[in-house]
Amino acid sequence: MSETAAKRTAAPGVRLGFASFVWRPWMVSVTLLLAAATFLVFCLSIGVGDFPIGLPQVVATIFGRGERVDEFVIMDLRMPRALAGLIVGIALGVSGAITQSIARNPLASPDILGITGGASAMAVFLVTVSGGVAAAIVGSVGLSAAALAGGLGTGLLVYFLAWRRGIEGLRLILIGVSVSAVMEAITVWLLVTADIRDVARSQAWLIGSLDNRSWGEVWTALWCTLALMAIVAYAAFHLGPMHFGDEVAAGLGVPYARVRAVLLLCAVLLAGVAVSAAGPVPFVALVAPQVALRLTRCPAPPLVASGLVGALLLIGADLVARTALPISLPVGVVTAAIGGPFLVYLLVRANLKKS
Amino acid sequence: MAVQDIAKVEPELKDVSRLAARGVTVGYGGRAVIDDLDVVIPPGVITTIIGPNGCGKSTLLRTLSRLLKPTKGTVVLDGEDIVKLKTKTVAKKLGLLPQAPVAPEGLTVADLVARGRHPHQTWLQQWSSDDAAVVERALAMTGVSDLADRPVDALSGGQRQRVWISMTLAQGTDLLLLDEPTTYLDLAHAIDVIDLVDDLHESGCTVVMVLHDLNLATRYSDNLIVMRAGSILAQGHPRDVITAELLHEAFGLRARVIDDPVSGRPLIVPIGRTHSENSENSDQQNLG
Repeated sequence: MSETAAKRTAAPGVRLGFASFVWRPWMVSVTLLLAAATFLVFCLSIGVGDFPIGLPQVVATIFGRGERVDEFVIMDLRMPRALAGLIVGIALGVSGAITQSIARNPLASPDILGITGGASAMAVFLVTVSGGVAAAIVGSVGLSAAALAGGLGTGLLVYFLAWRRGIEGLRLILIGVSVSAVMEAITVWLLVTADIRDVARSQAWLIGSLDNRSWGEVWTALWCTLALMAIVAYAAFHLGPMHFGDEVAAGLGVPYARVRAVLLLCAVLLAGVAVSAAGPVPFVALVAPQVALRLTRCPAPPLVASGLVGALLLIGADLVARTALPISLPVGVVTAAIGGPFLVYLLVRANLKKS
Repeated sequence: MAVQDIAKVEPELKDVSRLAARGVTVGYGGRAVIDDLDVVIPPGVITTIIGPNGCGKSTLLRTLSRLLKPTKGTVVLDGEDIVKLKTKTVAKKLGLLPQAPVAPEGLTVADLVARGRHPHQTWLQQWSSDDAAVVERALAMTGVSDLADRPVDALSGGQRQRVWISMTLAQGTDLLLLDEPTTYLDLAHAIDVIDLVDDLHESGCTVVMVLHDLNLATRYSDNLIVMRAGSILAQGHPRDVITAELLHEAFGLRARVIDDPVSGRPLIVPIGRTHSENSENSDQQNLG
């Protein structure tokens, strides 16, 4: 704090051509560091495996200067998994940051708002119920798309149930938790009554995993994520005043109902893209914005940093899941192991504050 | 003692006023809180809306600021129907401070006040040197420059309210709508905040606010709007409006109205059921 002793009342600005922004050196440096760390873990994740490749070779191959053998292993076998981790992590981190900003509550996340639960329930339903309709749906749109639709439907259901002349953070969370519980109950009921082979097949939809990603899936997820990010980046300009609640935001000229609808829809879609690419990876969307917020010392979850922390967490967790134990675990197991205690920490901290 | 200055409300208000409601009906879910109400806000003065709980005073303020859309009638801002204006256009003309706003934990005073510039910014122009200058002036005018780097949640209630008013001021409008700016403040801090509002009025702002405290309202405003059950019971200078009869009619309050020895304006002394002495004696005490 001593270095800010120089008399400064308003924030300094920075000018880039005809654009100008508030200059926040700490936030920018932390974000750049996070980007570097994410790239490092990304390369590490590619290098680790049955055929280990050193970090320099990985970087060289990514930039198109690698050897033939490395290129095959990296680009054809390992890159889809690592890229899927990167995209899913970013999508979950940003989705969580938006949800928490709009609900004005650190406990809000797409996990809790029923999106992941809805996607799982839909996927398990289609896998276990071997009927004409289910088979027809899977045959025509694919399981991922159907799961995505299930997640979006649930997300919208929560939004409409929580709507009462506006969205209030706590009501959104309570309804999200309730709807999630119902979805979970449906999932368990389906699994109990299902054929054991179907249960094994639906396993991938119960806990997120990056196993067996193909380039096709990665491209779809990448384009969807990029398109959504562009909308988010545009609408996020209004996010600052929204942190003060609807009335102050309206007073500051923000069409808050529209901005909130657009951003929440983007958050739901981003979470949906993540679920359809990797299954329901728990807790990343909840934890990443809160970690980013503490690292950047921002009062509200920063979008870019949240996305980077999400990617870092997801790729890191996948790395741990593959290497820590003799058997390879799905990444969701590790993120749940990190996320559970972190959720407890947030709740305990919130309680201490209130008393 | 009492200064008998004549502060008459302009006769031809409709020509100079910037904000007015015409035949406005507002309701929540079918129930009309305000019914067919007309009001003209005089320019350059402090207008205070008073009335018993649930009479619709906050609803009126929120309707005037475009937070609520009337089911019938129009609110006119600078000659245009406020509902048809863009949110951003309204925000450039009219500053609004809702009741008991909450800032995110850890946000600094400077960052909060800087948000007041939002209506003047675009996606590419998120912070200009003009913005910095206006924010510094707003911080200085409200006396919170020294707190600029402190988190808002670490301040006292009175300081926090100053900061929020500073944000509204940074919006650069000369029309300020404040919904109970003294809520949760002790009397000393309430006076401090209202003195600040009075400073803003002196510097040329038109202020409309809702207050609970009747004596603060009569003391600081030039125009009172007294409401009851969704309509206006009386409007005008406190000296012309505040009488024992009106207080009984509006609030069901038994009170005496005497001259305030400090300002010469009406002072409301509630009677209540207990602790009241002989009325003659209490007069003597108050005047002596």
